[in-house]
Amino acid sequence: MSASLFRQREFWLALAVLLLIALVSARFPGFANPGNLAQIFNDTSLLTMLALGQMVVILTRSIDLSVASNLCFTGMVVAMLNANYPAVPVPALIVVALGVGLVLGVVNGFFVWRLNIPSIVVTLGTLTIYRGATFVLSGGAWVNADRMSPDFIAFQRQLLLGVPVLSWVALLTILLFFLFLTRTPQGRSLYAIGVNPTAAVYTGIDVGRTKFMAFCISGLVSGLCGYLWISRYVIASVEVANGYELNVIAACVIGGVSIAGGIGSVLGTVLGALFLGVIANALPVINVSPFWQMAISGSAIILAVVLNARGERKTGRIILKKAEAL
Amino acid sequence: MTLVASAAPQTTSSQGRRLPDRLDKPFRSALLSWEMLLVLIVVAIFVVNSFASPYFLDPWSLSDLSFNFTEKGLIALAMALLIISGEIDLSVAAIMALGSTLMGMAAEAGIATPGLVAIGIGTGLACGAFNGVLVTKLGLPSIVVTIGTMSLFRGLAFIILGDQAYKNYPADFAFFGQGYVAWVFSFELVLFVVAALVFWFLLHRTNFGRRVFTIGNNPIAAQFSGVRVERIKFVLFCLTGLMAGIASVLITSRLGSTRPSIAQGYELEVITMAVLGGVSILGGSGSILGVVLAAVIMGLVTFGLGLLNVPGIVMSIVIGVLLISVIALPILWNRYGPRKAF
Repeated sequence: MSASLFRQREFWLALAVLLLIALVSARFPGFANPGNLAQIFNDTSLLTMLALGQMVVILTRSIDLSVASNLCFTGMVVAMLNANYPAVPVPALIVVALGVGLVLGVVNGFFVWRLNIPSIVVTLGTLTIYRGATFVLSGGAWVNADRMSPDFIAFQRQLLLGVPVLSWVALLTILLFFLFLTRTPQGRSLYAIGVNPTAAVYTGIDVGRTKFMAFCISGLVSGLCGYLWISRYVIASVEVANGYELNVIAACVIGGVSIAGGIGSVLGTVLGALFLGVIANALPVINVSPFWQMAISGSAIILAVVLNARGERKTGRIILKKAEAL
Repeated sequence: MTLVASAAPQTTSSQGRRLPDRLDKPFRSALLSWEMLLVLIVVAIFVVNSFASPYFLDPWSLSDLSFNFTEKGLIALAMALLIISGEIDLSVAAIMALGSTLMGMAAEAGIATPGLVAIGIGTGLACGAFNGVLVTKLGLPSIVVTIGTMSLFRGLAFIILGDQAYKNYPADFAFFGQGYVAWVFSFELVLFVVAALVFWFLLHRTNFGRRVFTIGNNPIAAQFSGVRVERIKFVLFCLTGLMAGIASVLITSRLGSTRPSIAQGYELEVITMAVLGGVSILGGSGSILGVVLAAVIMGLVTFGLGLLNVPGIVMSIVIGVLLISVIALPILWNRYGPRKAF
C-alpha cells in the first residue's frame, strides 16, 4: 500500500506544496498559521475552480482557451446588470452568470461536436470573440466599485463558520467534480474517450456529445467565476483576466493532467492550483519581486511535464515505440 | 532495416506504373479553392475598404498597412511548417520579448547595431533550440512545453526589466523597422517577401519540405520510411525560434523601446494566420501561399477597420469570426452543399 502511495503523483505534489510552505515558514513563521493558509486557499479558489473545468475538457483530448474571455464577458454582463438594476438580488445574478457562461460553453461545444473542428481552433477564435464582445457590450467603459451594489461585493466575503463564502463555493465545486468524475457514468465516459476514443465508441459512448458536455461544464464554471472574479476584484473591464487561460492550463498540467487526454484527478488539479497559489503568496513574503512569478511558474510547468512524461511512460501503453526500437 | 529491404523490390516491380507523389486531384482542387477563397476575401476587403475610405488606395497607406502583418507573418511562415509537422509553438511572442529585452540590455552596455541584431537573432535561435530539445529529446507534448517556456521566456524578460523600459538604441538600429529599401517598399516588407519565397521553396520544392508533410501525416510511417522525425522537428523548432528572433529585431527597431509586455498575445495571432491560411492544425497539410494570403488578410482587416476608427479589440472579433467561419464553411458546404466535393 505504501509503495502505491509513493507512485501516486498526488502524493509527491502534496509533498511539494507542503515543502514549499515549510521552506517559507522556516524564515517567516507566520506564513504557516491556519489563518494565512485559509487565506491562500481563498485566494486560489478561482484558479482551482477554473482548473477543474479545464481538466474536464483536457480529459477528452480537447482544450478550452476561451475560459478567461468567457469569465471576462460574463463578469461584465453581471456587473452591468448590477450597476443598472441594483434591485436584482445576488442569487439571480449568479443564475445569470451560470447561464451566460453555459451559453458561451455551448457555442464552443457546438463547433467541436457538430462541425468536428479541432477545439484549439474553435476556442482560439472564441477567445478573441468573447473578449471583443465584452468591449462591444461595455463600449470600452469600466464598471467600478462605486457602481456595484454592496450586496454584490459583500456576498463572497460573508463568513460561514469562519470561512468566506468564496472558499465554500470552491470546496463545493471540488466535491461536485469529485463525485461527478468518480461516481457517475458521464464522468467516467470523459476518461474513456480520452484514453481511447475508438474503444469508447464501441462501448456505446457518443464521443462528440461527451466533448460537448465537457465544454458546457467548462463554460458553466467560467461563468460562475466571472461573477466571483468581478465581485472579488471589484472592477469589470475588457482587460479582466487577460491571458489567465494559460495559468489555468498550467495548474492542470502541474496537477498531472495529461494533455493527451484520459489522465488526471480532481485532487491533483486542486494541488496544482494550490502550488501556484502558494508561490504567488510566498513571493511577497520572502521579499522576492512579483516579476519573478511568471518565470517560476513557467519553470514549474516544464518540470511538471518532464515528471509527468516519465510517470506516464512507466505505465506504458505505447506498443509502437517498442517496435521502433527493433 | 528489414522493412526497407522488403519494400525495395516492390517499387522496382511497379516501375511501369507511375506512383502518385501527390494526393488525388479532388483534394488538390479543394486546396486550390481554399487559396482562391482567400484571394476572393483579399479582393473583397480591398474593394470594400477603398470605397469606405478615400485614404485606403494610397501607396503610402498600403505601405503602412504592411507593418501590420510583416512581423507576425515572418513567424507564421515558420509556424506553418511546424504545425504541418504536427507540433506547435506558443512561446514565439515570449521569445520576441526576451530577445528584445536582451537587445535593450546590450544597447545600454554600448554594443553597436550588428551586435544587437546578432543578439536578437541568437536569442531566438537559442530559445527555439531549447523548445526543440524539450520536445524531441524528452518526448514531451509541444503544446504544454511551449506554454511553459512562454511563461519562462517572458518571465525572464520581466525579471530583467520589471516595470522599466529600454530606450537607448543606436540611431542606425532604427533602419530594420522604420527604413525603406526603395520608394514605398519598407525593409520589413521586402524581408517578408524574400522569406516567403524561401519558405515556399523549402516547403514545396525540397526533400525537406516533403518530409515535413510526411511527418505530419503519419510520424510513425515517416520513421519507418527513414525520415529522421526527431531531427526534422528539432530543426523546425529552431527555425521558428530564428524567425521569432528576427521579428524581435524588427519590432524593437520599429518601436524604439522595449517593455517586457512587448508583442503580448502575438502567438495567437500568428497561429490564427497559419490556420486561416489553410494549415491543418492536426498537421499534414497547408501551403505557404495560403499563409501569406492570410497574413495579408489580417493586415488588411486591421488596417481597413482602423481607417474607419474601429477600435482594435473589435477587429479581433472580425479575426476570430473569420478564423472559425473560414474553417466551418467548407465543412458545412461539404455536408449540405449541392454535391460532395470529395
